[in-house]
Amino acid sequence: MHIMEGYLPPLHAAAWAAAAAPFVIVGAVKVVRTVREHPESRLLLAASGAFTFVLSALKMPSVTGSCSHPTGAGLGTVLFGPSVMTFMCSIVLLFQALLLAHGGLTTLGANIFSMGIAGPWVGWLVWRSLRGIGASLELSVFAAAALADLATYCVTALQLSLAFPDPVSGVAGAAGKFLGVFAVTQVPLAIVEGLLTVAIMNRLSRYNVGELRQLAVIR
Amino acid sequence: MSFLRDTRLVLALAVGILLIPLFMPSLKTAEFAGADGEAEGVIAELAPDYQPWAEAWWEPPSGEIESLLFALQAGLGAGVLGYVLGLRRGQAQGSGRARDE
Repeated sequence: MHIMEGYLPPLHAAAWAAAAAPFVIVGAVKVVRTVREHPESRLLLAASGAFTFVLSALKMPSVTGSCSHPTGAGLGTVLFGPSVMTFMCSIVLLFQALLLAHGGLTTLGANIFSMGIAGPWVGWLVWRSLRGIGASLELSVFAAAALADLATYCVTALQLSLAFPDPVSGVAGAAGKFLGVFAVTQVPLAIVEGLLTVAIMNRLSRYNVGELRQLAVIR
Repeated sequence: MSFLRDTRLVLALAVGILLIPLFMPSLKTAEFAGADGEAEGVIAELAPDYQPWAEAWWEPPSGEIESLLFALQAGLGAGVLGYVLGLRRGQAQGSGRARDE
């Protein structure tokens, strides 16, 4: 999902950066406020960031014969809400852009938008809806994490098709091609991310009942 | 979906899903290259004249160094995650013991 350095035309790069900036600022404020109001949640906050660090470093094989990586944004989204994860993902993406030449500074806004905004917000909606209709904690976590992952890659595909429309079939035609590369590859990996997030959540909910209740995950 | 509560089963399932593509007969000759690179190919096809207008200020000099950095990223994350889980488990056990005494 990392759009490489220089691979979005300047206007697109600037527009995505402008769109992402307010979310990142709100996220940073939210992180500071969460730490101040609930100092005991710092460990879970660190765990959420660490989970994203691990998962987004692992490129996994998929049934399309290519490799891609999960995002790890679902866990923190379920625990702390989407804004906090926007901030966490921004840090991860900045780290990868600066030290790994993975993604880039000119495409940072677009990449934050897909991984740190679209993914977490979709995950949050899925999480709230499923919990709202009484689905189990495990199933809700699984679906939220898997769909957040998938949404991230769909948004990347759309960002690229807006920037590089097909000369014949336009944006829609390009979207078909980019979704073919990203979304199809991502389906099994999204399921894996959902499963891994459930596994971590199972462990967390065993020993962090007090904090999770405070964060209103377990009702 | 109560099988989701069995952490070992969940992890085994995740590993199983990742192993399938590696052993699928139809993917015997697959390269398993990165999807990001494939997207670059699609861009080259849709806009052959496009020139990236910025370059990374530093690139890992080799695939090995790149793997090193990715491993470092995963290792750092796994370390913190393990620390939090282990600390919590220890605290839970400690407070349980304190109650027993």
